[in-house]
Amino acid sequence: MSISTVETVARGRVRRARRRHLVIGALAALIVAGFAVTLMVGQTFYPPGDVARVVLGQDVPGASFTVGRLRLPRAVLAITAGMCFGLAGVTFQTMLRNPLASPDIIGISAGASAAATFAIVVLSLDGAGVSVFAIAAGLGVALVIYALSYKGGVSGTRLILIGIGVAAMLDSITSYILDRAATWDFQEAMRWLTGSLNGASWNATLPVVVALAVLAPMLLGLSGNLSALQLGDDTASALGVRVDRTRLLAVVGAVGLIAFATAAAGPIAFVAFLSGPIAARLVGSDGSLLVPSALVGALLVLVADFCGQFLFGTRFPVGVVTGVLGAPYLVYLIIRSNRVGGSL
Amino acid sequence: MTTDHSLLVEELTLGYKDRDVIDSLDLAVPPGRITAIVGANACGKSTLLRSMSRLLAPRAGRVLLDGEEVHRMQPKAVARTLGLLPQSPVAPEGITVSDLVGRGRHPHQRMLARWSRQDDEAVAEALEATQTVELADRPVDELSGGQRQRVWIAMALAQRTDLLLLDEPTTFLDVSHQVEVLDLLTDLNASRGTTIVLVLHDLNLAARYADHLIALADGRLHAAGPPERVLTPETVRSVFGMESQIITDPTSGKPLMLPIGRHHRAVPAG
Repeated sequence: MSISTVETVARGRVRRARRRHLVIGALAALIVAGFAVTLMVGQTFYPPGDVARVVLGQDVPGASFTVGRLRLPRAVLAITAGMCFGLAGVTFQTMLRNPLASPDIIGISAGASAAATFAIVVLSLDGAGVSVFAIAAGLGVALVIYALSYKGGVSGTRLILIGIGVAAMLDSITSYILDRAATWDFQEAMRWLTGSLNGASWNATLPVVVALAVLAPMLLGLSGNLSALQLGDDTASALGVRVDRTRLLAVVGAVGLIAFATAAAGPIAFVAFLSGPIAARLVGSDGSLLVPSALVGALLVLVADFCGQFLFGTRFPVGVVTGVLGAPYLVYLIIRSNRVGGSL
Repeated sequence: MTTDHSLLVEELTLGYKDRDVIDSLDLAVPPGRITAIVGANACGKSTLLRSMSRLLAPRAGRVLLDGEEVHRMQPKAVARTLGLLPQSPVAPEGITVSDLVGRGRHPHQRMLARWSRQDDEAVAEALEATQTVELADRPVDELSGGQRQRVWIAMALAQRTDLLLLDEPTTFLDVSHQVEVLDLLTDLNASRGTTIVLVLHDLNLAARYADHLIALADGRLHAAGPPERVLTPETVRSVFGMESQIITDPTSGKPLMLPIGRHHRAVPAG
C-alpha cells in the first residue's frame, strides 16, 4: 500500500471529524446562548450580572424568585428533556435503520400519554404520581411492541408497523378517557398531552437530569455497535457485534430517556423524531449521530419554548410549536420513503 | 499473513423453526485456497456460510475455527480472524466510501478508543486492493453495482482477516463485473494467502475460480474436491436434477458445464 493513499484516507477522516466537531461546538454554543437569553428575558428583564449571581446561589431580590425558581428549572428541563428526546429518537432510528422508527411514532410516547391521562382523569393524581404511571407505561408498551414484533429476531419494519398500530390504539384510549373527563381534569390532561414546560419545577426536573446522567453514557458506549448495526444485522454480527444484546440495551436506554422526559414535560411533539434527521443534515452521514442529535433536541425544545412564550400574542405550550415544525416533515418523509425507501 | 487457520465443520445440523436445512454435515475448508460452495436454490448454501461465521447457532454439531468452537468464542475474536460479507448488506444513506470501509475496523477497536494509524493503513490497503481509492470520498449511493460490491469487499478486507467468507458476491452483477470481483478475490488469495470461501450460483465460474468445490444437495454434502473431480454430469444430475455435458474450458483447462435441456440432444464432442 502506498503512503499517499494512507494520507488521503487520514486527511478525509480528519476533514469529516472537523466538520463534526465544528457542528457540535456551534450547537453547544447556541444552547449556552439560548440558555442565557431565556434566563434574562421574560416579563421582566434581568441583566446578566443578576442572573449570574442567582445561578451562583446568591440572593438577589426579585431575580432570585423569577430566575431561580421559575426560569432556571424551566430552562434546565428544556435542555435535558430535549437531549433525552433527541438521543432516544436517534438511537431508535439508527438501530432500526429507518427515520420513522422514532419512539413518538411507534407508540412509546403514546403509551406514556395514555397512562398519564388515566392517572390525571381517572385516578386524580398529579405530579410524581403521573410521572410514575407514564414511565411504567412507556417501558411496558416498548416491551409489548418488542415482544409482538419478535419472530426469530426483531425486524425494523415489522416493529415500526406494529408500533404505529399500537400507537393508534393507545391514542383512542386517551381520547376515550378525555371524552369522559370533567372540565378541570380535561384541561390539566390536555396541557400535559401537548407537552409543556409551564409546570417546570426542580422536583420535576431532577429525575430527568439523573436519567440523562445514567442512560446517556450507556447509549454513547453503544455507539460503535449501533454504527455497525446500520450496515444490517448480518454485517454487524460478522463485525463481532452481539446484535440482540446491543438492541436490547439500546431499547432499554432510549425508552428510559423518553419515559422520564415525557413524565416531566409531556410528549413534546416530534422532537425525538426530528432531531436525528436534522443532525444528519448538519454533520453528514458519517460517524455516530448520538451527540449531535442530543444537542439538536435540546436546542429545539429550548428555542421552541421561548418562541411559544413570547413570539406570539398568547402563550403556546412548547409542543404546539414543535408540532408545527414536525408535522410537515413527517409528511415529507412518508412521501419520500415511498419513493426511495430511505434510511436516516 | 499466515495461512494455517483451520476451519472445520463437524456433524453440523442447522435449521429454522421446524425444518432442518443442513443435516449432519462434515467438511474441512482447505487453508490458503479458494473454496466455492455450489448447489441448487434453498439447498442450505447460505445457511451453512452463516453458521460457519457464527451468525446462526447449530442445532447439533459444531464449527471449529483453529480447534475452537466458534459459537463459544468472543464475537470480536472471531471477527478478527474470520470475515463475512453477507448477501445484502445495507449502506446508510449518504455514507462515503472511506467511512463505510472504515467500519470494517470495528472488531479491532475498543469501545471508546481513538482511530489509530493502523486503522488508516488498513482502510488504505483495502481501497488499493479493490481499486476504489479514487472513490474514497464519494457517497456509496452514487456508485454502480460493480463499484459498490468492490467497496463492500473493501470493507471486509479492512477487517484484515485471514479467512474471508462471501455469500453470493456476484449476484445482481453483470458478467463483466462478476469476473472482475472473482479476479479480485483471486488476487487476494494469491498475494496474501487469504483463505476464501464463497457461495456461488454459477457453476462454471465456480469451477473456473475455485481450487476446491463443495456441492450440496438437500442439506447434505454430495461431493467435495477439486473442480475436475466434482463437476461431473452425475453431480449436476443429483444436485440440480438436470442433464448436462461437461467439456474442458479452452481458456482455463477447467471443466465447463453445458446444460442440455428438453429441446436438445447431446452430440458427442469433437
